[in-house]
Amino acid sequence: MALPQAKQDVLAARIAGLSLPQGGWAGAARADALARLSAMGLPVKRDEYWRYTDPTSLTTPDTPHAAVFDARDEPPAFDGIDRVRLVFVDGVFDPAQSDDPAAAGVEIDRLAAVADRDIHWAQSLYGVLEARGQNPVQRPLAALNTAFATDGVLIRATGKAAKPVALVYIHRDEGSDAILHHCIKLEAGAEVTILENGPAAARFTKVMEVEVADGARFHHIRTQGRDHERRAATHIFARLGAGALFKSFTLTANGVLTRNDAVIELLGDDAVAHVAGAAVGDGNFHHDDTVFITHAGLRCESRQVFKKVLKNGAVGVFQGKILVKPGAQKTDGYQISQSLLLDEDSQFLAKPELEIYADDVKCSHGSTSGAIDETALFYLRSRGVPERMAQSLMVLAFLAESIAEIEDEAIAEDIRSRLEGWLARHER
Amino acid sequence: MLEIKNLHVKLEEEDKVILKGVDLTVKAGEVHAIMGPNGSGKSTLSYVLSGRDGYEVTDGSATLDGEELLEMEPEARAAAGLFLAFQYPVEIPGVGNMTFLRTAVNAQRKARGEEEMSAGDFLKVVRAKAKTLKIDADMLKRPVNVGFSGGEKKRNEILQMAMLEPKMCILDETDSGLDVDAMKLVSDGVNALRDAGRAFLVITHYQRLLDHIKPDVVHIMAAGRIIKTGGPELALEVEKNGYADILAEVN
Ligand SMILES: Nc1ncnc2c1ncn2[C@@H]1O[C@H](COP(=O)(O)OP(=O)(O)OP(=O)(O)O)[C@@H](O)[C@H]1O
Ligand SMILES: [Mg+2]
Repeated sequence: MALPQAKQDVLAARIAGLSLPQGGWAGAARADALARLSAMGLPVKRDEYWRYTDPTSLTTPDTPHAAVFDARDEPPAFDGIDRVRLVFVDGVFDPAQSDDPAAAGVEIDRLAAVADRDIHWAQSLYGVLEARGQNPVQRPLAALNTAFATDGVLIRATGKAAKPVALVYIHRDEGSDAILHHCIKLEAGAEVTILENGPAAARFTKVMEVEVADGARFHHIRTQGRDHERRAATHIFARLGAGALFKSFTLTANGVLTRNDAVIELLGDDAVAHVAGAAVGDGNFHHDDTVFITHAGLRCESRQVFKKVLKNGAVGVFQGKILVKPGAQKTDGYQISQSLLLDEDSQFLAKPELEIYADDVKCSHGSTSGAIDETALFYLRSRGVPERMAQSLMVLAFLAESIAEIEDEAIAEDIRSRLEGWLARHER
Repeated sequence: MLEIKNLHVKLEEEDKVILKGVDLTVKAGEVHAIMGPNGSGKSTLSYVLSGRDGYEVTDGSATLDGEELLEMEPEARAAAGLFLAFQYPVEIPGVGNMTFLRTAVNAQRKARGEEEMSAGDFLKVVRAKAKTLKIDADMLKRPVNVGFSGGEKKRNEILQMAMLEPKMCILDETDSGLDVDAMKLVSDGVNALRDAGRAFLVITHYQRLLDHIKPDVVHIMAAGRIIKTGGPELALEVEKNGYADILAEVN
């Protein structure tokens, strides 16, 4: 089928200024990705998968400017967590601010640093899960990323990591456009925690491919920074082996445009995947969680828990799908997406989907949108809790189910205190 | 302590008048009971006093130790010493009972310029008080009132009252839904708080509660007014004959 001219034009303009790294172990994968991309074109507003989120500013050749945000006295996320920091400033690795990667107790390379090698373990992963994830829904921004990513980390673990690996994304340049691609491979029985925090750039296009082999455990917690004007299109592609665990939680506070895609395939039997998000937005905030979970193995469990708190015209989007393949019996799929609208100007758009081809499965999904419970608010106030504090308590209570998806209590507490800070700053 | 004068209240949203001139004075150290037919305005009175939205005061006043209550935010009324044990305690999913209690205690202390209670002290006090009300550790940990039985919710109200040590306590049908033993527990809890500096307004339909919490004064409310005031014998009369005679007598 011929690609519509509009999509071709958007694509041509977007990649005109980008250079395709040649040669090395990833060269072929990049060339393949470019071929995929050329066949798809870039998303436009009319695309079904972008019905609720306008992709225009994610595909323009020029990066829309984003003021650098000053978080003042708020410490960076995960500050109190013993971790190995790898710092990227506007998408460029900064060795001076980074820790020695060896301390993490896992194999860590940087994509840009090993690009010239002829062979690398990441060859089995780079662009592979992304390519699988193009079906049945096209994800052109992810293919663009595979083709043109300038850097990223390649992490391989064979056992339990000594410390979490923290990817720290600093935004300094108002016009920066960062494209990073990470590959994370957990061999059988390995356990790794990846932390990500920060806005990364004025515009950030990111892909993370995660292979979780049999019995391995992957934890991912990220915060996307507080810059109001930044834009981000991120993808996580994950494939799980038998008995593998995948857990991902994202906190998004502010950001004019965020699109977070998670594409997860439960291939082995008894695998477990949880994706969760807490998003809080005030004003010019558009936040889209798009999730696609495929159950292929037996007795797998998946959970999607997405909560959004919206005010002053903020917009939340959730598109979540559970696909249960033929034979994936005893699937347990749970999906909930909820928004708390703090005023009448804000809106939440949700499209939950179930597609089930096995007969012995348990799948539930629910989506709600509501205002704060005035009766409960009064009850709290009647006990002497000031209105704003009562409201914060209730907002945190609303978000609690998503935060509960974080296993590490210290990290969960960090996330909670960030939310408390945000709520205190955005009281009505 | 509590002085209500000529209180007229209508619903904000519709032209429905509920309280039509309530006069009531409760002195420190006293226990007053309010009885009255369903729908006579007892709960409305307690909500208006504690500051719930949705009502419009068209006339009259209510003061607590001389301070005009009706002008204050609900939290300020609480800090001033007013407490309402709800007829229907509210469930708050996601907010732990303990967190709720500590937040409330400390918010009130802060509002009064007192020092906050340390986590350790708080825990000790709350455990001791919970124990006397037979509220177990699990109930303290659970979200506020979520999944509590009717009687558990009422006991939880009394625990809040015991922790907050208000000076003016309004109990709206705290006895409904309580079994015989729980009624004794709750009454003991209330009686333990009775002192010269504190007053109670107990809304109830039954003499049973008043056997345990002996009132000094009993009021009968009907159609938005206090139509009769008397001693404890008035409650016994209601118990025996219902409201028909009293209503007839007034009309
Ligand atoms: N928000 C409201 N909307 C409509 N009607 C209301 C509202 N609040 C109170 N009312 C009405 O006002 C009247 C008084 O209600 P209230 O709850 O105060 O009665 P009560 O004396 O506490 O009754 P009960 O003994 O049954 O608890 C009732 O007719 C009730 O239906
Ligand atoms: Mg009532």
